[in-house]
Amino acid sequence: MAATPSAQKAASGSAPGTATVTATPSSIRRNSTPEVLTGAQAIVRSLERLGVDTVFGLPGGTILPTYDPLFETDKIRHILVRHEQGAGHAAEGYAAASGKLGVCIATSGPGATNLITALADAHMDSVPLLAITGQQSSKLLGTDAFQEADIVGMTMPVTKHSFLITKPEDIPGALLNAHHIATTGRPGPVLVDITKDAQTSTAPFVWPEEPQLLGYRPVLKPHAKQIREAARLISESQRPVFYIGGGVIRSEAEKELLKLAEATRIPVATTLMARGAFPDSHELHVGMPGMHGTVPAVTAFQKSDLLIAIGARFDDRVTGNLDSFAPNAKVIHADIDPAEIGKNREVDVAIVGDAREVLAEMLAELKDKFPKALEREREPWWRLINRLKTTYPLGYTSHEELCDPQYVISRISALTGPEAVYAAGVGQHQMWAAQFVEFERPKSWLNSGGLGTMGYSVPAAMGAKVAEPDRVVWAIDGDGCFQMTNQELATCTLNNIPIKVAIINNSSLGMVRQWQTLFYDGRYSNTDLNTGHETIRIPDFVKLAESYGCLALRVDANEDVDAAIQTALETNDRPVVIDFTVPPDAMVWPMVAAGVSNDEIQYARGIRPEFEDEGDEQAEAQFAEASDARGIAQIEGGLE
Amino acid sequence: MNNRHTLSVLVENKPGVLTRFTGLIARRGFNIHSLAVGVTEHDELSRITVVVDVGGVPLEQVTKQLNKLVNVIKIVELEPATSVRRAHVIYKVKANASTRPQVAAAVEMFRAKIVDVSTDSVCVEATGELGKVEALREVLEPFGIKEIVQSGTVAIGRGPKSITDRALRG
Repeated sequence: MAATPSAQKAASGSAPGTATVTATPSSIRRNSTPEVLTGAQAIVRSLERLGVDTVFGLPGGTILPTYDPLFETDKIRHILVRHEQGAGHAAEGYAAASGKLGVCIATSGPGATNLITALADAHMDSVPLLAITGQQSSKLLGTDAFQEADIVGMTMPVTKHSFLITKPEDIPGALLNAHHIATTGRPGPVLVDITKDAQTSTAPFVWPEEPQLLGYRPVLKPHAKQIREAARLISESQRPVFYIGGGVIRSEAEKELLKLAEATRIPVATTLMARGAFPDSHELHVGMPGMHGTVPAVTAFQKSDLLIAIGARFDDRVTGNLDSFAPNAKVIHADIDPAEIGKNREVDVAIVGDAREVLAEMLAELKDKFPKALEREREPWWRLINRLKTTYPLGYTSHEELCDPQYVISRISALTGPEAVYAAGVGQHQMWAAQFVEFERPKSWLNSGGLGTMGYSVPAAMGAKVAEPDRVVWAIDGDGCFQMTNQELATCTLNNIPIKVAIINNSSLGMVRQWQTLFYDGRYSNTDLNTGHETIRIPDFVKLAESYGCLALRVDANEDVDAAIQTALETNDRPVVIDFTVPPDAMVWPMVAAGVSNDEIQYARGIRPEFEDEGDEQAEAQFAEASDARGIAQIEGGLE
Repeated sequence: MNNRHTLSVLVENKPGVLTRFTGLIARRGFNIHSLAVGVTEHDELSRITVVVDVGGVPLEQVTKQLNKLVNVIKIVELEPATSVRRAHVIYKVKANASTRPQVAAAVEMFRAKIVDVSTDSVCVEATGELGKVEALREVLEPFGIKEIVQSGTVAIGRGPKSITDRALRG
């Protein structure tokens, strides 16, 4: 490597204003005498230097050299999982609950391919994740050697970046770069694949002073002109609404959001990825938008004249049919990833930058240049939204048999409180958890939003409990999801990671079944799992959990829900699994069917809210006739 | 819908970069019309010239996605009016003693070159904008084209500025 380009790399990798460091490339700069380490030792030393305190992994042939120094270090806790996918999701849960980098380790071939689901999951949900995989020796690469898999090639579409390392001297730099890429800009997964010979041979350990990445410079600071334009649109709007995405949680922008929302009295909707970014209990909060969002949130978007999207990406599960999504709204779209802006919806003001800076500067600009915008009460807009909030609260049908899933989840939330962490799998229970857990703080809600990974919950909860041992961590899981990753309960019991698992057991793949009910004439093709009430119960979740050393309970009726939750909350010497048996016919409402307009939102099956201001009273009257004060109970019950 | 653009892309000269580049274009549903990759005046940089068909999507969507690749350093769109674009093509054309003079005359008119001759064929080499080499092909077609090989388009901006200098400074 020539000296000149290296110096330029070093310069470009640093912050603006600190560019002229030195003409000597730091990678070849010698301290007195650097210690000579094996590549394996260099991996462990690098992780220590990066402040990594926990890794989730499972050893195998090609990563074996690294497990030796890992055995010695007292700075890094290695948690031995039972399946590499569990390591990946645990690292995700660790990252999502703490805001720090999550790290997982696997061997080559099947060990590495088992990580792919977690990498794809982290890629979709912007989770800072570092995956280290062993690889066959460099001399054997490309020969179809034992447990050889081109994991760098396989994971290119689902990682933010990846490295194949074949020499020990490249290890510190690669891990520093990987850490930098994973945790800055739009966070994401980075894979570092390290050949066995790179781990066993030796090199002087030289820690680079800073990451050296010529082509990676995320923009954090928003453009002042764009901020001014956004502030102007806000000041001119009559019916603005904040469309808050997961980026606000990743950038830890909750305080700035609260300040701006309170100063402007603009309604706030938090997406599935942003639950907890704004307190549910706050009067300005209108709930979650999207396919299973609240009527006030979905309607606010549809009726809005200005969407202020922060760290959100206009996902199809939020927009429904794009052509009719928020049809009268101008759009301010702020995101740290420029490629998200204008991808799905054309925007009026594009702002590239970190959510925290964007929100803070928007407020400063409004105060400075448009102070009148901060005096607005937005009375007509709030009258409509508040009427929707009162008329169409989240509700559910009691089936008056077994446990009501929504009741179970709302009791877990009420008895455990907002300081806990809640991790969900994917499906009905995930939507009910997003709806019925009261979120008050960011990083308290972990779920697989983009990829929709069944089986995320138990390992993610495990990772979260390791990151935040003083918090209660609930995995709210489904009977289908639980069967995909429950092996990690062994990891939890043996490593003293006392998570609590609530299985919302409807004996079926519930969300698929719901679609079969609604769109396939109730033809239940391959969705019955036989785990529930009056079935053969294969497996019996109580016996299964007991065999993993957990405290296991079964609850069949609403009146027993509280006692079981209390028992779980009082048990901290081992994991707890509660099998809540719920009826398979319970459905998630409200709902916008896939691909249709958000205007077609159904509050309950066959019931569409009345949107128009002038029609509201009429709608309320109709609703009062058809429904009791509890919500939608009688309507849905009557249809089934 | 045909919506072609010529992009000049500076990338790090590292293994796998071309795979990342073309994989992303395919994954996002864009179409590569032509591709050329080569060295630059800096050892650690390679230059990709790609003619990409973005269909109904704004070009900006492609460049923003490509810019997310860590190994991509700079992307410049080269407009026809302000750049020089060249493709290189070799046609193997049927030509015997009686038709060879006519083929040679056509080649002369296009300022192309005959670079190989056999009793039944000639190889014609041409360099130019895509329109020129395609026009030559139309003229040669009646004689019978036996084989075609064509390079990707390479392109460079007119005037004294260098995109590599600007990239390394930035």
